[in-house]
Amino acid sequence: MIKAIIIDDEPLARSILKEYAANTHGMEIIAECNDGFEGLKAIQQHSPDLIFLDIQMPKINGFEMLELIEEPPAVIFTTAFDEYAIKAFEQNAIDYLLKPFSKERFDKAIEKLIQANGKPSVQHIIDEAAASATQQNRVVVKEGSRIRIIPVSKIQYIEAADDYVKIYTEEGGFLKNRTMSFYERSLLPFHFIRIHRSYIINTQLITRIDAYEKDSHLVKLNTGAALPVSKTGYAKLKEALGI
Amino acid sequence: MCILLQYLIYDQLGIDRYHAIIDAVLSNLILAWLCFLLANIMKYYLPRNEKYWYILVSSLVVCFLWLLLLQIGLYLIFPANDAYLQFVQNSWSIRFGAGFLLVSSLSMFSMLYYNQQEQKDAQARKDETEKLSREAELFKLRQQLQPHFLFNSLNSISALTISDPEKARHMIQQLSEFLRGMLKKDEQSVIPLEEEIHYLQLYLDIEKVRFGHRLQTTINVDEDAKAYVIPPLLLQPLVENAIKFGLYDTIDDVVITINAHKTDHHLLIRITNPFDPETSMPAKGTGFGLTSIARRLYLIYSRADLLKTGKEERVFTTEILIPQST
Repeated sequence: MIKAIIIDDEPLARSILKEYAANTHGMEIIAECNDGFEGLKAIQQHSPDLIFLDIQMPKINGFEMLELIEEPPAVIFTTAFDEYAIKAFEQNAIDYLLKPFSKERFDKAIEKLIQANGKPSVQHIIDEAAASATQQNRVVVKEGSRIRIIPVSKIQYIEAADDYVKIYTEEGGFLKNRTMSFYERSLLPFHFIRIHRSYIINTQLITRIDAYEKDSHLVKLNTGAALPVSKTGYAKLKEALGI
Repeated sequence: MCILLQYLIYDQLGIDRYHAIIDAVLSNLILAWLCFLLANIMKYYLPRNEKYWYILVSSLVVCFLWLLLLQIGLYLIFPANDAYLQFVQNSWSIRFGAGFLLVSSLSMFSMLYYNQQEQKDAQARKDETEKLSREAELFKLRQQLQPHFLFNSLNSISALTISDPEKARHMIQQLSEFLRGMLKKDEQSVIPLEEEIHYLQLYLDIEKVRFGHRLQTTINVDEDAKAYVIPPLLLQPLVENAIKFGLYDTIDDVVITINAHKTDHHLLIRITNPFDPETSMPAKGTGFGLTSIARRLYLIYSRADLLKTGKEERVFTTEILIPQST
């Protein structure tokens, strides 16, 4: 029996999936969700085999929701029109349903899933989506069971923390399971510079840069934070600030 | 070539070589300079009417000037040679004839050339304008037909065909009327507000089927504002923008309000939608797809101050002013 959850903000879009699932042997819809927040809760609660996931949803989109799950279940994306997402699906050989879709098309997607025996990896596409234009001006993080959306302009600095990074805002630090190099790349257009192996800072908050020990400096932010700058980091910083 | 020709003629007439060369060179240089001047004047000024009179008069003037300058020049160069000066006196009429022929044909030629050039330029300008307006129209069409809206609506209809066939049929009719309106209204420059509101209502009814109770709208139109005019299909994209903004930036129920008032010379329309100040992008200002509306208003009314946005607590306000000609 395939246990599935539907996550879509339009009631009629959910009802058509429910109807198709009811007519599919060996499939059960165990929950229906209005948005990504409900979706996260339901996935934690039911650990489904499959989720039907809409992309454009309130507050956090389908990709951002997936980002917050440790081990995502198998996903069938459903979307009406999203040029960017469709291109990404095709490049990564991920099946998706274009609304409105037929029962035959629905069956084919399920069959493909069963044949693949489990879940095609969606990690790659999540990474790609996170770096896309629609998502790169904000970061979605989980704080216990709460979800926070942090606009990039509110990030003060990012610190390496083992396999995670810690994103600091005026409300404190938030852990996120991404790499430093990911943020080094994706935050570059927003005046962020990696000044050290372990630090990426928002250059607009810099108040002063002091010489520290041999070959290293100390940068001070207007929030009071003082962070070490490596030799290569100092070169990058000098170039970015034009000094 | 003219210099050579004139020299040969003088040679035939028995003028000595020295005088012939000086005379030929001087007269042709002065003539060439005057012709150059005339051609340049014609480049910047060509009369629309009575072109031929213009050529005749200007050629005559140029010839008189030429002879005057030439005479002064020759008298200065050969003040003592009476026989030669006598010859010069006798040859005025023939010189005048030849000069006039030359100048008038030259100015005729340059007039034709510049005329043609002007026509070419005008044609190029016309082509450019036509291209721009075509592009603008295409752009407008692309802007209006939101594929996301269309396919999601079709998906809703697909769901309704089983659960509520009657409602499905109703929605198909609404969607058809909406699409038809979109195709038709492009021809008119302004329509009464009442008509635009009716069209907006169609759109809102479809969106309400899609989003269910999450989407609520209130429309208030002052009774005396109904006859005021508005460019067609202006309100729908504005409201669509407010709905998108409201629905995707919050998770609660969304109330969109649309108010229309009459002022002295304007129609004022105010649209509000909820938003979340903590997560919406602070730097975006008027963003969210409003730029194309502002652009359209600018193209129609040549004013950049007709669209305003404001934020207050958790409410985003969009205001447009539509100037009324009477």
